[in-house]
Amino acid sequence: MLLDFFYRLRAEGLPVSTGEYLGLLEGMSKHLGVYDLNHFYSFSRLCLIKDESQYDQFDQVFQNYWAGKEKLFDDTLKSIPDEWLKLNDPSSLSVEQKAMVEALGGWDKLMQTLEERLAEQADRHQGGKKWIGTGGTSPFGHGGYNPEGVRIGGKSKHRRAVKVWEQRRFKDLDGKQELGTRNFKMALRKLRRLARDGKPDTLDMDNTIRSTANNAGMLDIKMRAERRNSVKVLLLLDIGGSMDYHSAICETLFSAVRAEFKHLEHLYFHNFIYEKVWRNNSRRHTDTISLNELIRTYNSSYKLIIVGDATMSPYEISMPGGSVEHWNEEAGSVWFNRLLTAFPNCVWLNPESPNYWPRTQSIQMTHQLIQGRMHSLSVDGIQQAIDTLKTPISKNARIQTDN
Amino acid sequence: MSQAEYIVTDELQMAIDAALTLSRPLLVKGEPGTGKTQLAIEIAERLKAPLYQWHIKSTTRAQNGLYEYDAVSRLRDSQLGDNKVHDIGNYIVPGVLWDAFDCDEQSVVLIDEIDKADIEFPNDLLQELDRMSFDVHETRTTVAAKHRPLVIITSNNEKELPDAFLRRCFFHYIAFPDSSTMQRIVHAHYPDIKKDLLSAALSVFFDLRDVPGLKKKPSTSELLDWLKLLTADDLSPEMLGASEPRTILPKMHGALLKNEQDIHLFERLIFLHKQRNR
Repeated sequence: MLLDFFYRLRAEGLPVSTGEYLGLLEGMSKHLGVYDLNHFYSFSRLCLIKDESQYDQFDQVFQNYWAGKEKLFDDTLKSIPDEWLKLNDPSSLSVEQKAMVEALGGWDKLMQTLEERLAEQADRHQGGKKWIGTGGTSPFGHGGYNPEGVRIGGKSKHRRAVKVWEQRRFKDLDGKQELGTRNFKMALRKLRRLARDGKPDTLDMDNTIRSTANNAGMLDIKMRAERRNSVKVLLLLDIGGSMDYHSAICETLFSAVRAEFKHLEHLYFHNFIYEKVWRNNSRRHTDTISLNELIRTYNSSYKLIIVGDATMSPYEISMPGGSVEHWNEEAGSVWFNRLLTAFPNCVWLNPESPNYWPRTQSIQMTHQLIQGRMHSLSVDGIQQAIDTLKTPISKNARIQTDN
Repeated sequence: MSQAEYIVTDELQMAIDAALTLSRPLLVKGEPGTGKTQLAIEIAERLKAPLYQWHIKSTTRAQNGLYEYDAVSRLRDSQLGDNKVHDIGNYIVPGVLWDAFDCDEQSVVLIDEIDKADIEFPNDLLQELDRMSFDVHETRTTVAAKHRPLVIITSNNEKELPDAFLRRCFFHYIAFPDSSTMQRIVHAHYPDIKKDLLSAALSVFFDLRDVPGLKKKPSTSELLDWLKLLTADDLSPEMLGASEPRTILPKMHGALLKNEQDIHLFERLIFLHKQRNR
């Protein structure tokens, strides 16, 4: 049963491992977290979950799995934790016990009925003294089913009034939620790559010692450059129109990026990339930079991050003259491909919810052009994007889309 | 601060018990100012165990915690013809973990802000924390812990820690205290604070934490500092403006808001509030 809970966690995508599960069992055999469900909750979370962003997910699984089963803990675990641990698998029942379970409609049915009974009980007789299924024909009344720990007896208690996992206190920490600057920074920090760059001006102690030793004790001083964050980022932001709805989140991303990278260039475009972009949005009509110049100025060591909702008419991407603002001689996709060739480490961040992506044709087209390197503008999305940025876009596929 | 009682929630208590019973390292995360470092100091005090603190910096390597080979003094001694030079053991300087392993009773080791170090740092400590022993290559000896120390590791989440490392730890996230816990914390620190002042201060404080868009939300340690200032000046609760939130800048706000943009933001809110009430 505990194993079942463990697999349920894994099925929900929580990275729990066998070692951690064994740790949980070891702790329980030493009477940790076995006194009631609240204890078990704290202890199992302590053992299994290693990141607060997974707390919320854990709370939900825990709630789903254990709802209505509190009495298992109250009645059974207190008295026989060891047996309970050993017999956590229905297949370990004796033949007659199995037959009994079958007669009651199978294990799952039994658990389900039990759950319902418990829920019923709590609703109708809060604090009452009625036993669940006292005597009579109810399968829950007698002391049977002991090995599995579904022994219901004694006074029914209040259902615990406060169940911490139900409050979902850690919802805000869930990585899938879109959050403030700090979380973005945290995500972007993964892109940091420290490298020694520039003038050698600090003493390299280890190397000095080694070369001095090699030099038979005569001092041979070695210097090296300081470690710096050497990642260069070129940020292209869609601005105006449908992007206005996303301005707050883009602002957050922008301030996070600004704080995180020393080499950061940011430029704006509208809807899609054509022959020119601009650096200052208030002077967008007078002060533009041609895309060719951009490609010449920055080399391929820059990582390209494009932020935009890619929501527009498909013609704006595929047709010459499709732009809503000016007459473009060449289609947006042509310019876009040039850009991707120049900056192979590229990624597109889309503030639009991924649920809408399949329904918008222009997003699909962009998604295809950038070979699926589009991620949502959320903390998780940025983390995926950072992983994507580490590998360059594949060239062969790009030539095919050109044709 | 250390004389005052440290308030431990049930979950944290469980985490400490588990770490002690199964002698596994306990990784503690939480907002800055929720008392992560204080926790280790407190545990050591309650267990009456010696505390070994290892504060991690960006340049710290795992080796620093084990031992260091002081090649420079050996080089100098060799040039001066000192006799010590023949025994390499004279130049092995034990680190924090060595000291803790060598301790004659169970000790508490604090590895503070592990996320400050290089990404590889936690991986380099895996074996040492697992087996609680390590080899000294220079002297070809093994240092093993006489008593497995309780290891408390704190992290501020600046870097993600490797999975292999996490698997070996228990993990506890210190959530921001709710207002009843906060009252207990304040009481532990200032037992004779006036009731009305405290409730006024707490309501201002929690209201301030709810202001959207603050760059740095005030935390427990900031609240405690602020209360210290308030009690020192013997201010009356009315001066905090708790009855009508966001109408005045709270007294001594410098202890709570540590960013000029945050203060501007709050001032703008007050301004808006006044306009609306006009």
